[in-house]
Amino acid sequence: MTLLLVLTSLILISIAVWQLTKILELSKPVDFDNQEIATDKDNDFQGKLMFLFLIFIYGLTIFSFFAYGDVILPESASVHGENYDSLLWFSFSVIFFVQTITQALLHYFAFKYRGNKKRKALFFADSNFLEGVWTIIPTIALAGMILYGLFTWVDIMTIEENEEALVVELYAQQFNWKVRYAGEDGVLGDANVRFLQDFGGKNLVGIDPTDRNGDDDIVVQELHLPVDREVVFRIRSQDVLHSAFMPHFRAQMNAVPGMITQFAFVPNATTDEMRLRPEIVEKVRKINKIRFDKSEDLLAQGEFPLDPYEFDFLLLCNKICGASHYNMQIKIIVETEEEFKNWMGDQLTFKEFVQ
Amino acid sequence: MAEKYNRRAKIIGTDIEIDVTEKKDTIIESRDDDHGHDHHHKETFITKYIFSIDHKMISKQYLITGLIMGIVGIAMSLLFRLQLAWPEESFGIFDVLLGKWATDGVMDPNVYLALVTIHGTIMVFFVLTAGLSGTFSNLLIPLQIGARDMASGFLNMISYWLFFISSAIMIASLFVEAGPAAAGWTIYPPLSALPQAQPGSAAGMTLWLVSMAFFIASSLLAALNYIVTVLNLRTEGMTMTRLPLTVWAFLVTAIIGVVSFPVLLSAALLLIMDRSFGTSFFLSDIFIQGEVLHYQGGSPVLFEHLFWFLGHPEVYIVLLPALGIASEVIATNARKPIFGYRAMVGSILAIAFLSTIVWGHHMFVTGMNPFLGSVFTFTTLLIAIPSAVKAFNYITTIWKGNIQFNPAMLFAIGLVSTFITGGLTGIILGDSALDINLHDTYFVVAHFHLVMGISALYGLFAGVYHWYPRMFGRMMNKNLGYIHFWITAISAYGVFFPMHFIGMAGLPRRYYTNTNFPYFDDVANINVVITLFALLAGAAQLVFLYNFISSMFYGKKAEKNPWKSNTLEWTAPIKHIHGNWPGKIPHVFRWPYDYSKPGSKDDFIPQSVPLKKGERELQH
Repeated sequence: MTLLLVLTSLILISIAVWQLTKILELSKPVDFDNQEIATDKDNDFQGKLMFLFLIFIYGLTIFSFFAYGDVILPESASVHGENYDSLLWFSFSVIFFVQTITQALLHYFAFKYRGNKKRKALFFADSNFLEGVWTIIPTIALAGMILYGLFTWVDIMTIEENEEALVVELYAQQFNWKVRYAGEDGVLGDANVRFLQDFGGKNLVGIDPTDRNGDDDIVVQELHLPVDREVVFRIRSQDVLHSAFMPHFRAQMNAVPGMITQFAFVPNATTDEMRLRPEIVEKVRKINKIRFDKSEDLLAQGEFPLDPYEFDFLLLCNKICGASHYNMQIKIIVETEEEFKNWMGDQLTFKEFVQ
Repeated sequence: MAEKYNRRAKIIGTDIEIDVTEKKDTIIESRDDDHGHDHHHKETFITKYIFSIDHKMISKQYLITGLIMGIVGIAMSLLFRLQLAWPEESFGIFDVLLGKWATDGVMDPNVYLALVTIHGTIMVFFVLTAGLSGTFSNLLIPLQIGARDMASGFLNMISYWLFFISSAIMIASLFVEAGPAAAGWTIYPPLSALPQAQPGSAAGMTLWLVSMAFFIASSLLAALNYIVTVLNLRTEGMTMTRLPLTVWAFLVTAIIGVVSFPVLLSAALLLIMDRSFGTSFFLSDIFIQGEVLHYQGGSPVLFEHLFWFLGHPEVYIVLLPALGIASEVIATNARKPIFGYRAMVGSILAIAFLSTIVWGHHMFVTGMNPFLGSVFTFTTLLIAIPSAVKAFNYITTIWKGNIQFNPAMLFAIGLVSTFITGGLTGIILGDSALDINLHDTYFVVAHFHLVMGISALYGLFAGVYHWYPRMFGRMMNKNLGYIHFWITAISAYGVFFPMHFIGMAGLPRRYYTNTNFPYFDDVANINVVITLFALLAGAAQLVFLYNFISSMFYGKKAEKNPWKSNTLEWTAPIKHIHGNWPGKIPHVFRWPYDYSKPGSKDDFIPQSVPLKKGERELQH
């Protein structure tokens, strides 16, 4: 049905265009000088369209912010994420300012100086002063942005492992994530894909059975994190490139086979706290409305309705990894230290699991 | 200053000087004449239209091949846009075009990835590298510098035919049993190296690599030819600082190509070795499909370095010719000299240099050392300076101009607009800290499509509308051109502006659907809007195609210099002849941007017009 609609509209548009040009051509006076070169009339009309186009760009910008602004990620749920967000909005305000001014100049000049036979262009080929101005001003602005950016970057990427930090391994495979906690000793056992087939396939992330540090490791399918404690992620992949993307925490690092990559952050809001934030409440309400409408359609077709949605942090795969790339995600549950300990207590250690 | 240039003009006017130049001309002509005597009468269909060694014909071959590839590439994008807007819905058109890969008309996830991959490959390499740079470098370098042809017409022919073979292989790869390459246009291993990882990495990827090997050979031969031609075959008086900015752009593009394409070839060869001969350059510690593979010690990050060492300069290989074309078109149609010629040349050179030391900004979160990330952030953001200079110079060029809104001019202004919009978001993405959360999201897709995709396409269109009379001796219909531009301009922003918001919602690119889990359900309606604009943009290109083809046969016959332009190509006869100019090659006496010069009757003075007595050439 949609196809039919699309095709019909395409055909109609092309007919409209064809007819329009016909009309344009027929409506010309017989002695019209049709050189296919812009005439004064063309210049006038196209110049005005340029001005309208400027309004279109501004209009589209404003419309997009109003209509689509609410899909933007909610405020960060990690400590460094707050610095990230300030840097982001600072950079955005700078480029937004430049965008507004330069588009205005470009399109307004195009409109203002639309040509005609009487006009003569100004012969103006060079000005060291002007060029100096627009070399030096961007240089200063960029120097500021580079410095600000680099301080933030170094801050985020420097991992100072303290005793308290929780070490978590994210293990990627086509097409899901596994999570390994270091257990009591706080040290992850050595691991390699060569050990994956040990214990009849129960060695899910390939822990080296001879490394005693691995005995108390805990391998699970969901990611629980305690709030307000530094988490150091060690990221591995068993097959192709993946990327551990945790957008709510402003965190991302690729998973590279043959290599252990790392990223660290401190979550500062629990899942429950997030669910109470007004912007999240609003987002969930909106999504549930969409899902409810869809469910009605599904029910009408005799299919099962969709489950209602509840907010959860997500760990997404963000590097193309094959057919089910789009569905390689798990929930992240951020909870209080106590809840985390309780949950952890219920899990089997590696040694218990393989026996 | 003034005196010096006057003296120079006089020297050129003296007998001795003329003697020398005439001798030079005779040498060139006698070579051409011999050539003419041997072949001219016997020119068959094959030597004229197929295995031609004439740069004008080769440029048309590049253009038409590029346009055909463009149709394929754009059509693919429309197909996957349909899937994104109405996920997993059944479309009759999928059934027809994708056959077994769309059971009941529902697109298969593997095919979605294949379409994305081949769309990217075709648009970047086949349309915007070969189709844009190949077409206009070939057409304009000899004609604008005043040469009879390329330095080597034969190599030029070979380079086109290697490109043709490469295109044919790429198209053929669409028809192999397991489907074409589907690892993204960046073909990162191990995904691209292991057929177990996805079906597209079997025969499809082999063909992709073979096709690219031919493509690289083609572009290297072409680039060497362009460089040699520009450096050695300029006509009398055509100093480097009198070169039109188009030629500067083509020259620098060719140099970047020579520097960076061989690195891609090495990456492709090493990948072929890993795939077929059991080496481990890029692979290590892999367990897939229940089996531990033997690869040890390689690193996918190495591939990423090699790939982006070409991949990033490639952006400028695509963009610089478009900017060169825009410079020429804007100056001509604003009837004003390009503002800051030297700054423009300087910024082309600066961009070219910087483009080779910024590749790491594609790799901030790949596991590369964060310190390197800092270095690449620094170099990347520096590129914004020459880019800003270019943008402001374009704006100043149209200030107080007498703007003639020919379709080419509309596209050139459109280019500046999208170049700014897309370039500015580059400042965000080039910042390693900000890239953490935007890397590989739709924000990136929106950014690079505007700054290099749409801008370069506008450059291509501007070039076609502007030089169509030179290529085909006829004019394109301007009203269709206007319609083409406005629909394209509106829909291009309609597609890519809202896309930034999807990216800032955190939606990763290359997702077959965003509704498989609920979090992104609220961006579904934006996806519909984007797809509708994309369909509209696609429809607008049909207007262009119709105009392009019908004008070839029914277009108004062109006069010699329809846009009243200064450069040498407009002094050559409309009918294409071997050697471009009958008789002597015109000499050059001034820079190419003497538009609306005070003291002159016309608002343009071609480069071949000697300086008047007392006339001062600008310091070029």
